[in-house]
Parts: sequence; structure tokens; C-alpha cells
Amino acid sequence: MSRASVSLAILAAILVALPFLLGNYALSVATLILYFAYTGQAWNVMMGFAGQLSLGHAVYVGVGAYAAGSLFFHYGIGPWAGVLLAMALCVALGLIIGFLAFRFRISGVYFALLTIAFAEFTRIGFDHLDWTGGPGGMFLRVAQRDTWDLANFRGPPLMYYYAMLALAAGAFALCAWLLRSRAGYYWQAIREDEEAAQALGINTFRWKLLAVAISAAMTAVAGVFFAFYYNNLFPEQIFHISRSIEIILGPVIGGVGTLFGPVLGATVLTLLSDGITEALAAVGWEIPGIKQVFYGVVLLAVVMFLPNGIWPALARRLRL
Amino acid sequence: MSLLDVRSVSKHFRGLRAVHEVSFDVAEGGIQGLIGPNGAGKTTTFNMIAGVYAPDTGEILFAGRAIHRLRPDEICAAGIGRTFQIVKPFAGLSVLDNVMVGAFLRERHAANARAAAAKILERLGLGAKRDLPASSLTLPDRKRLEVARALATRPKLLLLDEVMAGLRPTECDQMVAVFRELNRADGTTILLIEHVMRAVMALARQIAVLHHGALIARGTPEQVVRDPAVLECYLGEETEV
Ligand SMILES: Nc1ncnc2c1ncn2[C@@H]1O[C@H](COP(=O)(O)OP(=O)(O)OP(=O)(O)O)[C@@H](O)[C@H]1O
Ligand SMILES: [Mg+2]
Repeated sequence: MSRASVSLAILAAILVALPFLLGNYALSVATLILYFAYTGQAWNVMMGFAGQLSLGHAVYVGVGAYAAGSLFFHYGIGPWAGVLLAMALCVALGLIIGFLAFRFRISGVYFALLTIAFAEFTRIGFDHLDWTGGPGGMFLRVAQRDTWDLANFRGPPLMYYYAMLALAAGAFALCAWLLRSRAGYYWQAIREDEEAAQALGINTFRWKLLAVAISAAMTAVAGVFFAFYYNNLFPEQIFHISRSIEIILGPVIGGVGTLFGPVLGATVLTLLSDGITEALAAVGWEIPGIKQVFYGVVLLAVVMFLPNGIWPALARRLRL
Repeated sequence: MSLLDVRSVSKHFRGLRAVHEVSFDVAEGGIQGLIGPNGAGKTTTFNMIAGVYAPDTGEILFAGRAIHRLRPDEICAAGIGRTFQIVKPFAGLSVLDNVMVGAFLRERHAANARAAAAKILERLGLGAKRDLPASSLTLPDRKRLEVARALATRPKLLLLDEVMAGLRPTECDQMVAVFRELNRADGTTILLIEHVMRAVMALARQIAVLHHGALIARGTPEQVVRDPAVLECYLGEETEV
């Protein structure tokens, strides 16, 4: 076995054993890390692999969450059917955005703006949709939480941790496989030079759409998790651009286009955000916005000193 | 029989007549040169054949089929491989991965694409550099990479846009040998734009000459270099004859 696969096996073992070492609060932080590792991985398929910058990924989280949430809220249908609906809707939405952009050659920054616009439109749409509670939000019934009810995805924090771990591991494996397949090569070629890619027989329109569809479907699943984990959904929050930014920070800090970047970035950022909160509480500083300033400074430092993200530099050190 | 048939194609950029009513054909199994001074319209002609620009007038037939409305990827899939005069490596990928991208057109599985790509790199003398990032290659090696990538798509017709530029004479001769072999053993038809006359004279059996977007001469290398119109247009140009 290579050093890389040994490290991966050790990491997997630690992650499985982790809940037995952590308290409830720490477990919720670990779940959050896995959540961002997962959504970062999904976003990375579009941007890191295929070079298509989405700044509106919250739209897929939101539509996914509302799709499965509504089925449960109105009809008592559990998330297993919900996740299919969520993925179908998000793929359709992604294909519409992608079709418009790629058909009319909207690329780069303009493509990013289009993704933001769609997230905003969708937020406004949900604000006016009474069926999902409008701006007042939708609240899912919270049942008794100490037994695992997998059919309705109701259970203790441990269940959500393992579900998120399975999703993050699955996304990692899927992306590793994609990256080594024809799709991965084609996407990277498109990312590096679209004209050259086309000259090598790549139908760039179709392959870019595929990247969007896969990324949207993956993110939709995160939305379903979100709905059943937090149990309340507000358009203002779930579709907000800061939610989209949150998704991309992990891979950006960790390393865009790499497999470990989203995982590492999510870990660093979540721990950092949490650590700053705790440290400030311990010191007793209560200056408004001070946390954001610290956070911003660290982000700036990483971007300045490790412009390709933490993972590429770390991998070189570890000789993986 | 001609594999490629270019019939009075034109391409104008705003007021500029980049290519005007140009016709020529390339025989199946042949090697044809396309020469002319800077700005003559050679690359624009390539771009029309490769589907980057739709011609304003005229038509282009490949193996009897009209291709001038097709996209670049469809034209590549039909069997025309091209290199870019201004090289376009996938800078973030390794040399081998660059060529694998081309090989995936005919080989769906990564292992097969990798094997095919490795073979082509050996053929072009890039075997030892296969694991380097493409961004680390020198210009002559980048030109070789352009050729390798195009070859990986297994073209029936290969369009080469100044791939010898910047090569030393011995390197140039090696490249000429590669194309000869490709033409002889694989039956690949070649259309090459070249300023390096040493290479054109060594390879081409037919030469077409463009000047100010118009075709001014066609014939064997011997005929073309004696043509008064050709000598006229190259007068004052620095030629490498
Ligand atoms: N995309 C474009 N837009 C506007 N003008 C262009 C474009 N491409 C080429 N031209 C112009 O068309 C003319 C022909 O250019 P082309 O690149 O085909 O020449 P060439 O024969 O390949 O020259 P060289 O030997 O320098 O490569 C030139 O005057 C060039 O400036
Ligand atoms: Mg040119």
C-alpha cells in the first residue's frame, strides 16, 4: 500500500471511532466539518474539476432542503423519496442555468453572476410560496431523539454524524473515481483551455452540463440532510449568498481541484471559527465583529501565502 | 481521390479580407504544404477547416462530406486533428495527461488511453518527460506536445500549424522523420503550414501559396519556388529558403 492509502485508512478509522471520544458539542462540530467537506467536494466538481465558478450553490442546498422537507411536512414522506425529488429538481435547475450560460457563452465572472442571480430569484420565489411557509419558514416535526429511525431520518446526534460521514466518504470516493475517468480528464482539459479541449473532440457544452448536474445532485443531498438535521428552513437564511460563500471557502482554502482540499479546508475553517469564538469568550472580549475580523485575517493569510491552498503545500511536505 | 476539398472559402474580419475565395484539395495519403508571408491567411484557413470559424462563403468537404457547419469537436471526431500555432497546453496537467485527453476520443478506458498516449510520446521523443507538468516544457517541446495530443485522436488528416518553428535543424529533421513515418506507415494525410522551408521542401509533395488571403500558386515544391508570383510576394520578406 502507498503512503497515501495507509494515511487514508488511518483517517477513516479515526473518523469512525471519533463519536466515542467526543462530547455532544464536539460531535456537532465534527458533523458540521463533514457537512462542509461534503458540500465543498460537490462544488469542487464544477469549479475545481471543470473550471465553472458557481457562487450560488446555496440554491441547490435550499431547493434540496425544501423539496424533501415539503414532502415530509405535508405528506409525512421520509427523506429517502425526498432525496430523489431533491436531486431531480436540482439537476433540472442546474441544467437550466448551465444551458443558458453555455449556450449563450456566458463564462467566467458572468457565469458566477448568473449563479448568484438564480439563487436570489429562487429565494424570492420561496419567500412568496405559501405552500412552504413563505418568509416565515417551514418547521419539521422533531420526534423523540434517542432511537434511530432511519426511515424518517430521525435519531440522536450520533446518527447524523455517521450519515454525514458516509456522505462525505462517498463523495470523496465518487470524486476520486471521476477524476481518474474520462470525465475527469475532459473536465480538467476544459478548465485549462476550452478551445484546445474542443479541438481534441470534446463536446465541451455537454461535459460542462454533466459537471453541473453531478455537482447539483450532490449538493441537493446536503440540502436534504440540512432539512432533517436543523428541522427549520427559512428562505432568507438557506438561499443567502453567505451560505454559498461558506460552501466554497473550504475548497478554496484547502485547495481547489484537489480531493483532500475540501476536507482539509472544511476542517481548518470550522475549527478556526469555533476556536475563535471560544478563545474570545475565554478572554472575555465582546467587541462586535471581532470574530469576523480574526477569521478574515486568517483567510487572507492563507490566500496570500498558500495561493493554491493548504493541501498542495502539505502534500509536498508529506511526500504523498 | 481528395480527402480534403476546400472550395472557394472566404473569411472576413470586419473589413479585413483574411481569406478570399480560396480553393485547394489534399489528396488522400498526401502531404501538402501551405505557405505564404505573415498574415497571408494560413491560420485562418486552418481555423475554417477545423471548425473554429464558419466560412463566409464556400464549402469544405472531408472524405466527401460537408464539414463547414460542424463544431470543432465534431470535426475532430470525423478524423481531422489540428495543432495550434500559439500552443495551448493544458498547463496544469502532466505531459502524459495532456495526451491522454486526446486519446480518450478513441479509447474510453483510462488504462487504454494511457497506453496509447505513452506510445505517442515515445514516438515524439517526449517519453522521458511524460510525468512533468506541461507548463515546465520548453517551446519546442510544447510544439511536440501539440502534435502528440492531435495524434492521440487518431486523425486521418493532420493539420500542422508551424510546428517546426523554433526547432534546431537536427530537431527539425527528427520531426520531419516522424511525419514521414506517420504518413508512410499509418497512411495519415498531412496538411502543414510552415515557414521553415527546409521542412516544407523535405516533406511536401504539393504546395499551395497564400498571399493577402488569396491563393496565388499551387504545384510541386520545384514549381512553386520558381513561380514568379511567389518570388514576388516573398521579395523583401525574410525567407528561410
Ligand atoms: N480573430 C481574428 N480577428 C480579426 N482579425 C484576424 C483574426 N484572426 C486573424 N486575423 C487577421 O487575418 C489576417 C490573416 O491572419 P492569419 O493568422 O490567418 O495569418 P497567417 O498566414 O497564419 O500568418 P502567420 O504566418 O503570421 O501565422 C491577419 O491580418 C490577421 O491579423
Ligand atoms: Mg498563422
